[in-house]
Amino acid sequence: MSTYDVKKPSRRAFLSGAAAVGAGVVTSSAARAQTADPLIVESQDWAQSFGDGVDATPYGLPIEYEGDVIRRNVEWLTADTVSSINFTPIHALDGTITPQGCAFERHHSGAIDLKKSDYRLMINGLVDTPLVFTYEDLERFPRENHVYFCECAANTGMEWAGAQLNGAQFTHGMIHNMEYTGVPLRLLLQEAGYDTAGKWVFVEGADASSNGRSIPMEKALDDVLVAFKANGEALRKEHGYPVRLVVPGWEGNMWVKWIRRIEVTNEPVESREETSKYTDTLEDGTSRKWTWAMDAKSVVTSPSPQAPITHGKGPLVITGLAWSGNGAITRVDVSRDGGKTWETARLAKPGEKMALTRFYLDADWDGSEMLLQSRAMDETGYVQPTKAQLREVRGLNSIYHNNCIQTWWVRENGEAENVEVS
Amino acid sequence: APVMAEKLGLGRAALPAEIAAWDWDINAKGDGLPVGSGDALDGEEIFAEKCAACHGDFAEGIDNWPKLAGGADTLDHEDPLKTVGSYWPHLTTAYDYIRRSMPYGNAGTLSDDEVYAIVAYILYSNDLIEDDYVLSDENFMDFEMPNADGFIVDDRAEAEYAIWSGEPCMTDCKDSVEITMRALVLDVTPELDTNAGATEASASAAPEAAPE
Repeated sequence: MSTYDVKKPSRRAFLSGAAAVGAGVVTSSAARAQTADPLIVESQDWAQSFGDGVDATPYGLPIEYEGDVIRRNVEWLTADTVSSINFTPIHALDGTITPQGCAFERHHSGAIDLKKSDYRLMINGLVDTPLVFTYEDLERFPRENHVYFCECAANTGMEWAGAQLNGAQFTHGMIHNMEYTGVPLRLLLQEAGYDTAGKWVFVEGADASSNGRSIPMEKALDDVLVAFKANGEALRKEHGYPVRLVVPGWEGNMWVKWIRRIEVTNEPVESREETSKYTDTLEDGTSRKWTWAMDAKSVVTSPSPQAPITHGKGPLVITGLAWSGNGAITRVDVSRDGGKTWETARLAKPGEKMALTRFYLDADWDGSEMLLQSRAMDETGYVQPTKAQLREVRGLNSIYHNNCIQTWWVRENGEAENVEVS
Repeated sequence: APVMAEKLGLGRAALPAEIAAWDWDINAKGDGLPVGSGDALDGEEIFAEKCAACHGDFAEGIDNWPKLAGGADTLDHEDPLKTVGSYWPHLTTAYDYIRRSMPYGNAGTLSDDEVYAIVAYILYSNDLIEDDYVLSDENFMDFEMPNADGFIVDDRAEAEYAIWSGEPCMTDCKDSVEITMRALVLDVTPELDTNAGATEASASAAPEAAPE
């Protein structure tokens, strides 16, 4: 943070900025210029003198003007900051790959500092030979590369009771999407000679919270990765350096960071993180357990409360993200009238399994109010539900797995607000 | 039967002492429970010294810190209070989690007997045992948690996927649309509006919905 002097946006600033649009201060790009633009007709410093040398920045950060594209914390959500959450600035990003430096964090006892030379991974339990791997050992296994989203089970969880937090970053930002390099967990289990009678693996981290979770063997043998690179470089400390688990399509809690042990077992452990937490209470008081997959979901990232329309009427890019833990996104529909009518958006590229998909709707905004929604569909035929549909089945107390359709109320001045609609 | 697959010969055999040092987990059947015992009277003293600063003298929780006691029969209420007593299905989880991850900031420092005593005190605080009840590895699995039968395995495939699929409505999907809730009325987004409302609202806004 030290290199940034972050100017926090205030609602007041949004309001005044947006009001200027309404008052017609900003002219349409189609208007004829009356006076020559000094940025063109007057020579600028950057066109005359030198910029920075190549030795100025061995490892760079974003330019200072992008200082608001940062992770943000919501203080009242948790008792302290080391068992807490922050949020990816999805309202300001485009494409699908999340820059690691602003990709959300969720820790249960803080982001620990674990050197590669101190790193050990144990495989024990129902195996021929319990094994210990060093970091160097892991780099000698055959590798794979995959892009997957990691979504916290609690993403959008604050919105169960109503419209609460005003911005896509806060309502949908417990998510990141990276290209991982790692070793299939299957190969490590084979190296230890796992017993096929073992139906589960229990995985835990090196941190004090441990974050132990039980994973069925079928998933462990399918597509779970023991990853050490993300977006081309080593994992960030806060994302599990040097090694984390990648569990495609499944709730982020199971993506155990700083992973130190994998135990093959006959029984699920039913640890704290799969009993007290990450269980979903229904209206009748019973609770679902082992709700692993993250269902199809989407959100319009712009316009949105933190990304108001400031350019007035005319061409408008409506864009957002869609994803599904049950396969590839096949279609995203967008509504501008709160779900009365829908238009099918354009996917930037075909949906990939268990990865973020970017969609665009190239619109011509006439300056009238909109109730913007997006609705994702995945390759299983599942259609993202409304919050009312979710509540009908689950009630209000599930906490986790809120994949409802989000509504932004975009007003005539371009300002947007998180709302619920009938 | 072991799977016969080609091995690369990477890694080395884990030693028994290494496995013992890291393999602490206790499953819901009690596998892994260490030998030991403790009662609520002992537990109260340990709890007062090592736990009460966050969880309260009676395990009732202080400020936003987790409540470990109370909430019986509230799970179907509007704001359920989910504690060890009212919600947790297995007592083994309490032992396992306290031993490996508590006290918060000084994890893994409790003796096995201390953990038995603390677990006993939490049960006592939930009015589930008398204070002289001695909890041990021998009677631990006899204890039935009130919400032991309160969990079902994920049934979304039947309860949800079956109805939320197929070609969705595209036009004339509803007659009218009204705004029923507004985030700016609740006004709890701290970064966008740093007035006093953000912290005041925290108590009522949604502590239940916090990811913790």
